[in-house]
Amino acid sequence: MNHNVTRRSFLSFAAAGAAVVSLAACGGNSAAGGSAAKAAYAAPAKDLSAELSYAIWDAAQKPAMQKIVAEFNKQYPNIKVTIDVTPSKGSAYWTKIQTQASSNTLPDVFWMNGPHIKLYAQNNQLMPLDGLVSGKAVDTANYPKALVDLYTVNGAFYGVPKDFDTSALFYNKALFKEAGVSEPTSNWTWDDVKSAGAKLSKFYQGKGVYGYAGDLTGGQTSYYNTMIEAGGTVISTDGKKSGYDSAGSIAGLQFWRDLIASGVSPSMQQLTDTASSDMFTSRKLAMTMDGSWTVGPAQKALGDDLGIVSLPKGPKSNQSVIHGLANVIPANAKNPAAAQAFVAFLGTQDAAKIQAETGTVIPAFNGTQYAWVKSVPSVELSVFLELAKDASPYPASVNTAAWNELENTLLPQAFAGTKPVADVAKDLASQMNAALAKES
Amino acid sequence: MKAQTLTPASKSGRAAQAAGDRRRGKSKSDGWWPWLFVVPTVAGIGVFYLWPIVQTFYYSFTKWGVFGGTKFIGLDNYVRMFADSTIPQSIVNTLIYTVVVLLGIPIAVILASLIERPGLRFATLYRTLYFIPYITMPAAVGIVWRLIYNGDFGPINWFLGLFRIQGPYWTSTPGFALLAVATVGLWMSLGFNLIIISAGLREIPRELFEAAEMDGASRVRQFFSITVPLLTPSIFFVTIVTVISGFQLFDLLYVMMGKANLAMPQTQSLVYIFYNQAFLQNDKGYAAAIGILILVIIALLTAFQFRVQKRWVNYV
Repeated sequence: MNHNVTRRSFLSFAAAGAAVVSLAACGGNSAAGGSAAKAAYAAPAKDLSAELSYAIWDAAQKPAMQKIVAEFNKQYPNIKVTIDVTPSKGSAYWTKIQTQASSNTLPDVFWMNGPHIKLYAQNNQLMPLDGLVSGKAVDTANYPKALVDLYTVNGAFYGVPKDFDTSALFYNKALFKEAGVSEPTSNWTWDDVKSAGAKLSKFYQGKGVYGYAGDLTGGQTSYYNTMIEAGGTVISTDGKKSGYDSAGSIAGLQFWRDLIASGVSPSMQQLTDTASSDMFTSRKLAMTMDGSWTVGPAQKALGDDLGIVSLPKGPKSNQSVIHGLANVIPANAKNPAAAQAFVAFLGTQDAAKIQAETGTVIPAFNGTQYAWVKSVPSVELSVFLELAKDASPYPASVNTAAWNELENTLLPQAFAGTKPVADVAKDLASQMNAALAKES
Repeated sequence: MKAQTLTPASKSGRAAQAAGDRRRGKSKSDGWWPWLFVVPTVAGIGVFYLWPIVQTFYYSFTKWGVFGGTKFIGLDNYVRMFADSTIPQSIVNTLIYTVVVLLGIPIAVILASLIERPGLRFATLYRTLYFIPYITMPAAVGIVWRLIYNGDFGPINWFLGLFRIQGPYWTSTPGFALLAVATVGLWMSLGFNLIIISAGLREIPRELFEAAEMDGASRVRQFFSITVPLLTPSIFFVTIVTVISGFQLFDLLYVMMGKANLAMPQTQSLVYIFYNQAFLQNDKGYAAAIGILILVIIALLTAFQFRVQKRWVNYV
């Protein structure tokens, strides 16, 4: 029963011991192991020799990460960083990270996201990075406050923000033109989208082209946004209570059901067989709600036919959910000095600029986002930054994955119309509340 | 996952039996040193298979935190399991899947006897072709079949469309999804079954067929009166392995269905629920209890088959 615990504490002790030895050997002046976090961080000697593994989940971002590593190696030529990509599709990345955490073999630096930060921080899996802040290696004022708050758990700062994303309305100009429907603007409402979508679906009937759809196999780029736009919530701000049974949330879910029922959107089955983003890039979808990280692939597929405007306004607002990743270090880091040096570099303006220029994601470092906006000149990418201003924080609790799974199990029935939306939402709320009650 | 454990084990069991047969008559004791040769295998099985089973059994009585740290909670996980309404449905799903995959055995017997006909050209090529799906990663197979089954753009529905038939969304419609996954499972298992049964076929003495031919027995009569009865040991072995791997259905399902699939409740297997609880809901203690349930069901089914085999398996 407690052999795990003994083994872990033994290992961390051993790791701390090893760190002391290695730091002493290279004349480092910061304390080792867990206490390194509290003491102000000082940059290690430039000839520090180490091997770091860096776990990420997006293969599309690997080239940018490699560029950043090359820049980092100009400062620390002897720190070898190996980038390890595990796809997040089907949650393979998190299954792997969790297994590695249980066996004390976490990568030296890895990507963290909103749904998982509390789980890892509260279970003492991560090294607090307050030392980086007090050592002036990282300035939290450089990043959007919502992201710094997301990665601050119980007063300790655990992750240096890497990027952020919001959702907007993507559309295909060519499909609108052919059907003779006027293009969307940033002032559109839900009704505008519905009526334009209906015209488009009718015009293209029999050709397999649809007016509007979103990715209903997850909430971030679809129903989370509409639920908030209708005045609902996914989870209460303290993360203790489900918001699915509120009238606003039900209206936000009903929006997607109505689109499917009226034939504006492909059916739930169609969206399971072919992802809405794939339908959009293969010109089978005139409009879709999607995240800022899909701009690159969409632009590659559609070229100048791609248009992007702000989210259509719902009954209450046109808010998007904001989410962002951070770079974290495990609590029992094998080489804390090298890992901290690398994470500090990942948080710099230079690293953010490299990310911005590749156009893959919006860098979190304030002021560098403009380079990202310029990365695809044919589209008005600034809408994503506008949406970020009053965006709603990404819904998360300690064990977010547990109720995400409930959403995936129950909501398809509501969208497909096999059960009334309100019934499913209430059922989901009560099951989610039971899952949340188990967290504490 | 455990299929791999049992397959080589049972195969080596067969090999050992065969070796024993050859040496029958020698009564001299070999001493202790032969044991030395089995130590690596026994140690491997002990450390990687038997010890985890013991551990899983223990963990099924605990509440297991996300990152380790367990608490003994007695029978709570089992009480919860018997009240869980998704479990009976998933047992039914798993049984349907297993039955469909078992249909692959008669197909493999027919194919094997066609391929093993004396003088058939390219026999090795056919065997290789049938065996390729078995050695391909289930994840890769699943991704390809997911595309083949695609409701709007898949070749199956395109083909049906030629006859003005509107095919269903195979992997996302309740009812069709399980059969779609099981058909792929059947197709994948064909190669393995074929190889085992081909080997069984070659052990049947040719003289029996020659004698039958002399007596004027037709090909069909020979097949049912000589081939099938003498193949029963191979068929029995293949049946055992198929049932075990059928109850371990996970990877195909996971890859072919994707998340948020409407058909999941009518399709998910026991191992899928195990995965869901262990790695998505972070409830590993409960998942361990489901693992034990799967172990018990497989053990019972296998024991039952060994009991019944006396009635239909002919050992010459």
